[in-house]
Amino acid sequence: MRDVAIVAFAQSPHRRRTDELSEVDLLMPVLHEVLGATGLKANEIGFTCSGSADYLAGRAFSFTMALDGVGAHPPISESHVETDGAWALYEAWVKILTGEADTALVYSYGKSSPGEVRDVLTRQLDPYYLAPLWPDSVSLAALQAQALIDAGHTDEAALTAVAARSRTDATANPYAQLTGDVPAGDHLVHPLRTGDCPPIGDGAAAVVLAAGDTARSLCDRPAWIRGIDHRIEAHSLGVRDLTDSPSARLAAQHAGAFERPLDTAELHAPFTSQEVVLRRALGLGDDVRINPSGGALAANPIMAAGLIRLGEAAARIHRGASDRALAHATSGPCLQQNLVAVLEGESAHG
Amino acid sequence: MAEEPVAVVGIGQTKHVAARHDVSIAGLVREAAVRALEDAALTWSDIDAVVIGKAPDFFEGVMMPELYLADALGAVGKPMLRVHTAGSVGGSTALVAANLVAARVHRTVLTLAFEKQSESNAMWGLSLPVPFQQPLLAGAGGFFAPHVRAYMRRTGAPDTVGSLVAYKDRRNALKNPYAHLHDTGITLEKVQASPMLWDPIRYSETCPSSDGACAMVLTDRAGAGRAPYPPAWVHGGAMRSEPTLFAGKDFVSPQAGRDCAADVYRQARITDPRREIDAVEMYVPFSWYEPMWLENLGFAGEGEGWKLTEAGVTELDGDLPVNPSGGVLSTNPIGASGMIRFAEAALQVRGRAGEHQIDGAARAVGHAYGGGAQFFAMWLVGSQPPPG
Amino acid sequence: MTDILSAPLVVEFPFTRSLGPVQSAFLTGLRERTVLGVRTSDGTVLVPPTEYDPVTADELRELVEVAATGTVTTWAWNPSPRRNQPLGTPFAWVLVRLDGAGTALLHALDAPGPDAVRTGMRVRIRWAPTRTGAITDIACFEPYDGEPGPGEPAPHTGEFTDPVTGIVAPARLDYVHTPGRAQSAYLKALEDHRTVGERCPACRKVYVPPRGACPTCGIATAEQVEVGPRGTVTTFCIVNIKAKNLDIEVPYVYAHIALDGADLALHGRIAGIPYDQVRMGLRVEPVWAGAGRGSSHVDHYRPTGEPDADYDTYKELV
Repeated sequence: MRDVAIVAFAQSPHRRRTDELSEVDLLMPVLHEVLGATGLKANEIGFTCSGSADYLAGRAFSFTMALDGVGAHPPISESHVETDGAWALYEAWVKILTGEADTALVYSYGKSSPGEVRDVLTRQLDPYYLAPLWPDSVSLAALQAQALIDAGHTDEAALTAVAARSRTDATANPYAQLTGDVPAGDHLVHPLRTGDCPPIGDGAAAVVLAAGDTARSLCDRPAWIRGIDHRIEAHSLGVRDLTDSPSARLAAQHAGAFERPLDTAELHAPFTSQEVVLRRALGLGDDVRINPSGGALAANPIMAAGLIRLGEAAARIHRGASDRALAHATSGPCLQQNLVAVLEGESAHG
Repeated sequence: MAEEPVAVVGIGQTKHVAARHDVSIAGLVREAAVRALEDAALTWSDIDAVVIGKAPDFFEGVMMPELYLADALGAVGKPMLRVHTAGSVGGSTALVAANLVAARVHRTVLTLAFEKQSESNAMWGLSLPVPFQQPLLAGAGGFFAPHVRAYMRRTGAPDTVGSLVAYKDRRNALKNPYAHLHDTGITLEKVQASPMLWDPIRYSETCPSSDGACAMVLTDRAGAGRAPYPPAWVHGGAMRSEPTLFAGKDFVSPQAGRDCAADVYRQARITDPRREIDAVEMYVPFSWYEPMWLENLGFAGEGEGWKLTEAGVTELDGDLPVNPSGGVLSTNPIGASGMIRFAEAALQVRGRAGEHQIDGAARAVGHAYGGGAQFFAMWLVGSQPPPG
Repeated sequence: MTDILSAPLVVEFPFTRSLGPVQSAFLTGLRERTVLGVRTSDGTVLVPPTEYDPVTADELRELVEVAATGTVTTWAWNPSPRRNQPLGTPFAWVLVRLDGAGTALLHALDAPGPDAVRTGMRVRIRWAPTRTGAITDIACFEPYDGEPGPGEPAPHTGEFTDPVTGIVAPARLDYVHTPGRAQSAYLKALEDHRTVGERCPACRKVYVPPRGACPTCGIATAEQVEVGPRGTVTTFCIVNIKAKNLDIEVPYVYAHIALDGADLALHGRIAGIPYDQVRMGLRVEPVWAGAGRGSSHVDHYRPTGEPDADYDTYKELV
């Protein structure tokens, strides 16, 4: 199997609203930055793949206009996933493994500000039994949090501590939306307080992937993808054990996460309680630095937040702060679908 | 290390109709998937991953419906990937699935595309009342008809060619039990007499609106060896995209389409597509796109595509049959339409196309496009494994 | 900051959903105050019944009837109900395992406050007074301290008279649309009956309407360039079917128009000339409608009376 690495990562500042920016306006500086970091031009990239969702902004085919920011002329080899950009990265990784491309540009963006994200995400649910009840994303996460509390795996104070740690860490992240001393707040949906929930906002992110020696030539310390896998669970919440994430564990196993110790994990846990679920499912102990970027609790641009976890983990390897990191992305209600990648710096396995 | 050869060993479709009132969305996709598994003589546990595609989520009003469909497609505990590249999505989805096998990430992959248009109305989904934007002044055909006129102006094609394509495809559909339109009384005169909707496009030269799904099982060389029926082998596959609108864009023959075809022929070592390819399933939602794509895909020189159609070359018994299944003109579950093209090409080289089989078809092309004629996906399949 | 436009965008449609046999039986059952589940090959009873086994992917068809009483497996107190949710007053979301079922169903619980809710509490269905065969036929759950229902589900044929085979699922989402800087500037100029595009700093092409980026160079456009008002019809079609929501008599001509100075065509309607006399190369000019912010636009284009443009002068724009 070819060695493939994340060689560059860029993201926008994440903000509650970006009314002055169209999606392409939001995305373009990020694309320029990530390409600039490698010195590659768009038409030198072997494969391009993006992730976004029409439902966020309420317009069909929004990704077709975002392509304007890439400069896709002469025509490019390109694809799109209607989900988080982490899965676009997965598709691009596969493309490089085939040998048909040596480099890939992966990007994603989400503008949550035009709509009511809690209502919009209800449209992700089973359209016969669930969607007609309009159970919003915070309420579903709260059901999961209560199950965790009932099982004795956490309590409200522990959840508050997850939020505080994340936003304290985020003070060192210039792109984060919600940082520093954020009050726990009232119950938004009991047992989750406003502080347990992610900020709603707009943002974009991009990474460049490259194979083998190309990666080495583009980046001083590439973040090698030692394994990447994703798994999905049953849709109905009532058939799942909400306190566990067997799909995250299975993905991690296939990605080789358990073969050697990790020093860092970037977990896509928009709600504090979901970090608890993932830490347990992935067996992450106190020796692993969790979400040094602040995670999705500091910035959660939907459809980009998972890709950002991969980018943040890679950037930490790029600058030598990590040797072996786990990056995780999720999709669907209550962690229904999970992706795990294991990234390493060169010296770690030499 | 060379890519793993990819084989199509299972194909399943629903009977495509205007509205499948008897099944849920899950029931619809399941029907195609089960038929593909049966064709491959495999069970759910033999599938390593599922790759699913459909056109915009607003068409059914379910955001990322793959989440809800995981159970129906046996994907629980497996990887499930959702692709969306507008109208080309059925083709792109198949290519993403093929890459998983080619890269040796998985051995056997189920790929599926669907649309249940009867849940809403495609025109509603395509023309949401976005403020400050000029409303679509002319409906779906109005987007394409000016390009058809430009083609006619550029090539001098007589205005009768569109009707010939529609008449051919609708007759071919009579030989395809899964096709949506089965107009047994079709005549060329009826096609020519149908109302002009978006002059120069007549009603009978447009595609229907269908509910349907299409599925394929793709596997590696070892998997192909266990298949009960002859496999189709992927000899080349490519996607190309260009912007929706740009200065210098050639809507009649987009460069992305030309580049996509050229890449596929390079991979498949095809130097003379007109002679070396035995059947073509191309994405023709309006009849005039047959001559346009014949040129764009390199089957005819510039300005010559309509002459092939007029001469009967693209008929079922011609020397380059185009859309033996009846094509998009006879069946259009939007998100699935591209995969149906890919699957029908595979059926031809497997010798399993039934009444619309082209005798001895050894190499066939499946083609899809979408967006503002900007996203292209294409594969070439053969009855023999790729060389090397 | 420049003047950024914004306006409401309502995305609303009554989706028509066909149900298939299992969902049809379940929802028809609710109409008849009967709760059905489906039994999997390992004997588990799934409520609500799914069509396919989440573990084995087997098709499931063996229906059974379970009780309308059950046990809360987890809950979440929702102090501020949102539009369309089952109750308008504060309530708890609950997952309830009905007596006889092996899995839990999501719905609302009517309770006075979070202190009155706990995992393990007993509840029963409160039926909606008017039932149509939908998940909302269960109005909600309510606390219940009576006898449990039979632990063993009873076989059920799933057959009812006048079964519900489909539901209409209205869905409305409200957005506020902001078109961004480039389109806002374009619309602003329209108020003065001017058409202003943007030039790419690299390839020098002029885009109308501007989209903020040059799609071939992938860089921002900013230099504003007034184009037109006159232009050339590059191609067109004659529309013979009346589009919904459009108050335009058919037939009419829908054309691509390259405004003078623009490097690609925009779309518009041609009037002021019989529809069958419109031709490629026809020279046209805009006829404006509306006035003021957000409402000024080109109603249609009409012939200028100039000689037609030669094909070679615009063929690159077709």
